[in-house]
Amino acid sequence: MSERAVMDLDRAEQAPAGGMELKRRLGSWDTLIVLLTVVVLVVASLGVPNFGTGRNFTFLILDLMPIVLVALPMTFIIITGEIDLSVASTLGLTSSIMGYLWNQGMSIESIIPICIVVGAVLGALNGFLVTGLGLPSLAVTIGTLALYRGLALVVLGDTAVADFPFSYTGWVTGTIGDGPVPNVLILIVVLASIFGVVLHATPLGRSLYAIGANAQAAHFSGIPVARTKFWLYVVSGAIAGLVGVLWTLRYSSARADNGAGLELAVVAAVLLGGVSIFGGKGSLPGVLAGVVLLAVLQNALRLQDVSGQALNIVTGALLVLSVLLPNIATSVRTTWQRRKLRRAATV
Amino acid sequence: MLRSHRRLLPAGAAALLVLGIAACGGTTKDSTDNSGAAAQTGASADPNAKLKEGLKIAYLPKQLNNPYSDVEVSGGKAAVEELKGEYKLVGPNDASASSQVSYINTLIQQQQDVIVIAANDPNAVCPSLNQARQAGIKVVTFDSDAAKECRDAFINQATTQGIGESLVKMASELAGGAGEIAILSATPNATNQNAWIDVMKTELAKPENAKLKLVKIAYGNDDDQKSFQEAQGLLQSYPNLKVIVSPTTVGIAAAARYVSSSNYKGKVAITGLGLPNQMREYVKDGTVKKFALWNPADIGYLAGYAGAALASGQITGKEGEKFTAGKLKGYTVGAAGEIVLGPPTEFTAANIDQYHF
Repeated sequence: MSERAVMDLDRAEQAPAGGMELKRRLGSWDTLIVLLTVVVLVVASLGVPNFGTGRNFTFLILDLMPIVLVALPMTFIIITGEIDLSVASTLGLTSSIMGYLWNQGMSIESIIPICIVVGAVLGALNGFLVTGLGLPSLAVTIGTLALYRGLALVVLGDTAVADFPFSYTGWVTGTIGDGPVPNVLILIVVLASIFGVVLHATPLGRSLYAIGANAQAAHFSGIPVARTKFWLYVVSGAIAGLVGVLWTLRYSSARADNGAGLELAVVAAVLLGGVSIFGGKGSLPGVLAGVVLLAVLQNALRLQDVSGQALNIVTGALLVLSVLLPNIATSVRTTWQRRKLRRAATV
Repeated sequence: MLRSHRRLLPAGAAALLVLGIAACGGTTKDSTDNSGAAAQTGASADPNAKLKEGLKIAYLPKQLNNPYSDVEVSGGKAAVEELKGEYKLVGPNDASASSQVSYINTLIQQQQDVIVIAANDPNAVCPSLNQARQAGIKVVTFDSDAAKECRDAFINQATTQGIGESLVKMASELAGGAGEIAILSATPNATNQNAWIDVMKTELAKPENAKLKLVKIAYGNDDDQKSFQEAQGLLQSYPNLKVIVSPTTVGIAAAARYVSSSNYKGKVAITGLGLPNQMREYVKDGTVKKFALWNPADIGYLAGYAGAALASGQITGKEGEKFTAGKLKGYTVGAAGEIVLGPPTEFTAANIDQYHF
């Protein structure tokens, strides 16, 4: 029964803008981003000296690792119409805790799971405030963004802890068999596959779109809206905790200010990937393409000695375009459809 | 179907946990193997090697568009031009360690010969710097050092000893070799200032400074108003005071401002460590005869020459090696690859217009 309810919802969501038409258009934005990413990759490989080398591939993957991992649960959350801006602060707090526990003489094998659990608990607090108390997620997570970063400073102050074991830091920065493929790419592929399958091939995934399209309708058709959102925040926190660990190991430095500003890069990549900030729309391949596109552009432009400010301008403009273009496309299409309908009515 | 998805999310969270616990062994702080340092080339220095031309020397300050580091790298640019090399300036907009790493990686890809860096985090940049060194790039740090095992040389702007000596020397000259002096410091527990004051006390205890008497150490807390009031207080309590020495840029500017607007102008000398731009008007109106600070442009200049000497094989970063840094003349590498710029530059009415920082 519930299966059908979800399918009905799918249909209901698409109905206003006209069934299959909309679906095709949605598909095309994702395809556009994927294609654009491929084009940029090819142009960069051919036109930018030192871009298409094995070592640059390693650097590129290491640079995009934190963004892509945090973007996975962020995609889910934004699809349900919510947002989690506290991820970078969660990362910073787990990094601080990691440094603190390490200084206390705890083994790294216990610290890593503890950090992930801490991340999950921080996420659960977000989830409780949003679903339990019904507060707007934007306000809640801006609050915890400041709160968690503040706690991070309490835990570690302005000092840094650096003497993590090379067997771990070396793994995070290292590559498989000294080739160009970084070890962390395995982790990225495994997690991205799990999230991709859940989003696009399970009832849970479909229920996320239903929640984002119309939470009330989803609720009445039997989807546990609040519980689903709550667990999404828990997963988001846990992943942010994991990335806090990876970040700390990659830079061999536990600091309270680690990852500051990362949430904006993540949200930018997710929106560029075609996920609607209002929820209900988006796909994981699109988001992955969005992450890669931003990372490749930054990397290639930097190799071309483009300054940091210009880099910001390029990524900012790209982001505005990514929000603007689908909107223009929609309004053009609705005008066109309305005109067609009117013509049909007069006949 | 719904039942199953209710469990999927908690199960996902649990799976993440398992991922974390996967490796169990028990590596703690005490059992660590931090052997991540790069294997350095065992090549020995050839003091007679000629400085190579066309070296690609890249500067990576803590962040771009910071007035102080702009002056530092301008000296670097001058050095690279003298060396007929290729100068490059890159850097993040924010002073974070992680963004510096991306720039180091880019410089490795561009096959630079020398990276001159002011590290935002001594350890976070370490793995990347070692990758650079494995790729044959020489790494020189300035301003703030990276961990010793991941750079070839560090340009130290000044030693504690050098600054303390220079402060006493200026005070003695201004007091005419005898009389009462006072110190206007930052906070009572400011590390740098206290270290310099300790050296000053040792210097003042020497026979040649026997006629100089340190009457008081006041603390302006690096706050402009508090420093101003403390300067005022010093002059009221010690009518015979000849010199106020302020080893902090906030203190010296506040003291100079008070004296220039009071009857003490011309009777009491102000000196210490200050920024030329802040002190210019007091030097011009005669309140301040001389003060000192290391010259930031010289730091970048020396770093450029040290990088070129490393890349040309003149030095390898070992203690005792010698090289010549253009107009700054000869330098010797100190312990742990440290190269000290030298005594601070003294600024007077005659030369202050040459400096803009």
